Amino acid sequence: MSAVFEQIFQVGFLAAIIRIATPLAFATLGEMFSERAGVLNLGIEGIMLLCAMTGFTAASLSGSLWLGVLAAVLTGMAMSALHALFTVALGLSQHVCGIGVTLFSSGLAYFLYRLTFGQQSVPPSIKGFQTVPIPLLSDIPVLGSAVFNQFALVYLAIIAIPLAAFVLYRTPWGLSVRMVGENPRAADSAGVSVIATRFQAVILGGALMGLAGAFLTMAQFNAFTFGVVSGRGWVAIALVVFGRWDPWRSAGAALLFAFVDALQLRMQASGLGHIPYETFLMLPFIFTIVAMAVMSRNAVAPSALLKPFRREER
Amino acid sequence: MFRLEARSSTPAWFNLALPLLAIGAALVLCSGLIALAGAGVLEAYGVMLSASFGDSYAITETLVRAAPMIFTGLAVAVAFRAKFWNIGAEGQLLAGAVASCFVGAIPMPGALAILSMALAGAAAGAAVALVPATLRVKFKVDDVVSSLLLNSVIYYALMALIEGPWKDSFSGYPISPPIEDSANFPVLLEGTRLHLGVIAALIAAPLIWFLIVRTTLGFRIRVTGESPEAARYGGIHVERVLISTALLSGALAGLAGVGEVGGVHFQVMSDISPGYGYSGIVVAMLARLNPLGVVPAAIFLAAVMTGAEAMSRATGVPAFLSDVIQGTALLAMLVALLFTAYRIRRVGAAL
Repeated sequence: MSAVFEQIFQVGFLAAIIRIATPLAFATLGEMFSERAGVLNLGIEGIMLLCAMTGFTAASLSGSLWLGVLAAVLTGMAMSALHALFTVALGLSQHVCGIGVTLFSSGLAYFLYRLTFGQQSVPPSIKGFQTVPIPLLSDIPVLGSAVFNQFALVYLAIIAIPLAAFVLYRTPWGLSVRMVGENPRAADSAGVSVIATRFQAVILGGALMGLAGAFLTMAQFNAFTFGVVSGRGWVAIALVVFGRWDPWRSAGAALLFAFVDALQLRMQASGLGHIPYETFLMLPFIFTIVAMAVMSRNAVAPSALLKPFRREER
Repeated sequence: MFRLEARSSTPAWFNLALPLLAIGAALVLCSGLIALAGAGVLEAYGVMLSASFGDSYAITETLVRAAPMIFTGLAVAVAFRAKFWNIGAEGQLLAGAVASCFVGAIPMPGALAILSMALAGAAAGAAVALVPATLRVKFKVDDVVSSLLLNSVIYYALMALIEGPWKDSFSGYPISPPIEDSANFPVLLEGTRLHLGVIAALIAAPLIWFLIVRTTLGFRIRVTGESPEAARYGGIHVERVLISTALLSGALAGLAGVGEVGGVHFQVMSDISPGYGYSGIVVAMLARLNPLGVVPAAIFLAAVMTGAEAMSRATGVPAFLSDVIQGTALLAMLVALLFTAYRIRRVGAAL
């Protein structure tokens, strides 16, 4: 058992946690913005998959990783705009529209990928993002090499957390987002356009989901495979609840999940007896369900979440 | 300018027209992808149609594929009626498949084997669905999220079984041992795969319709879905109704898995369901949550799935087109549903 513990608390382990947490942090922040404005985006799983595909394809065709990231972000914005069109402009059920967006985006991702790359026994790969050590900071023992010798997208995620908190709590637009999520009628009387603000928040969320997808195929796996997202989008939705719709707490939730996931990976690698590794893959999901049950007692969702807004109606 | 105006009543012919409109819109929208793949649109759809309905064998294949989606469609329709957001039909189906595979491997006379497989599968599906329902009733955990996450848990549990204790030690393939021959569902038509489970699915639809429309439980489910406050005021124990709905919904999804094990694959493998649980949501919405409408909706999706494979072989258009058609049909149906509650009216000066 002590050997297991030794393996766990290494520099590599800390670095692994941060890499696993990065796409989750992007996705969770994205979903949080959407939900803060009152829109549950269940399209996230499919949107991330489609973004992972378009990012990978754009990068592999153009040879530029950042062009790939841009393609992924634009895809995320377009697909979440579609979700907003259905749920915000037309006021349709957020649950069912989100599932529709996920089914549509996943199907489209697989279809277009197969169309572009054909059927190959080994999936094509790209040379993904390389680690960029930050001078001085990366020299700090343990923490330095784990946190400050990472991919550029990891640094972007680290910056995104305080930035999201600032935007949400300290800017007029952030105030509008919170108002349309809590009390759209009051926001409307105060002269805030509920429809426009919700559209903006959902689309911003989609851009972040795009970054999450881009990270998976351009930094973590450097290839697009069919299980590349494998439930990370659904996990992000749970992490928003677990993080109580707050940027800092949501990012913390992403780190905690990443810790359990990295632990699970280590347990697989240490080959505990003859337990099939899929047993360990269940752990982060079970952990998330249990954590939600524990935390949801005092979780307070934005009160207008799931409720469409129509000005003429009461 | 146009504006949406609330309707006071919905014309009856809408029930038939809207799904057809949605399906038509989906097929038209997806023809762009066929053209993008460099194939003829009419040719591609022609191949799909003849591969799914062209001869009696094709029709039976389509029905075999429709059976699990009838069950998952009913599961979703029942749950959504009570506004129990069961997105977990996929996991419940897998649990049903695993449980029925366990039971089917026990030597028993045929009829008893099939009956116990059905019971075990339904019970397993119900047990899985009970988790999100209980979490919602007791801990106020969002049922969408918990049922979604459970899909992953059940999938990995199945994978652990077929990679671990069930793994074929002889060939090394990650598949379960086959069920007993006596537990194989009888084939109804010589030379086809049309099995008993298909008939069970076709009978289940009117039964569930009767349950929803004519029984007390069905009434409670509907009232709870329409307005929990009114239900409570009317003396309905809303929590109990949600739990019953979950058990019923999960059992139906579990039966979808039983049919796949007993009638099609006779064992469990990792890809036993190509997403039938998620397709159930599309089916239920196309059917407007009406159990009778679930049958034609499931047959349509099954035809698209069977047809897409043939189309892919004939024209080279990736078979994933069927997934895109499903997603598009669901979104188109949601837009179509808008017209049941609203009409578009021109306001302001006419141009």
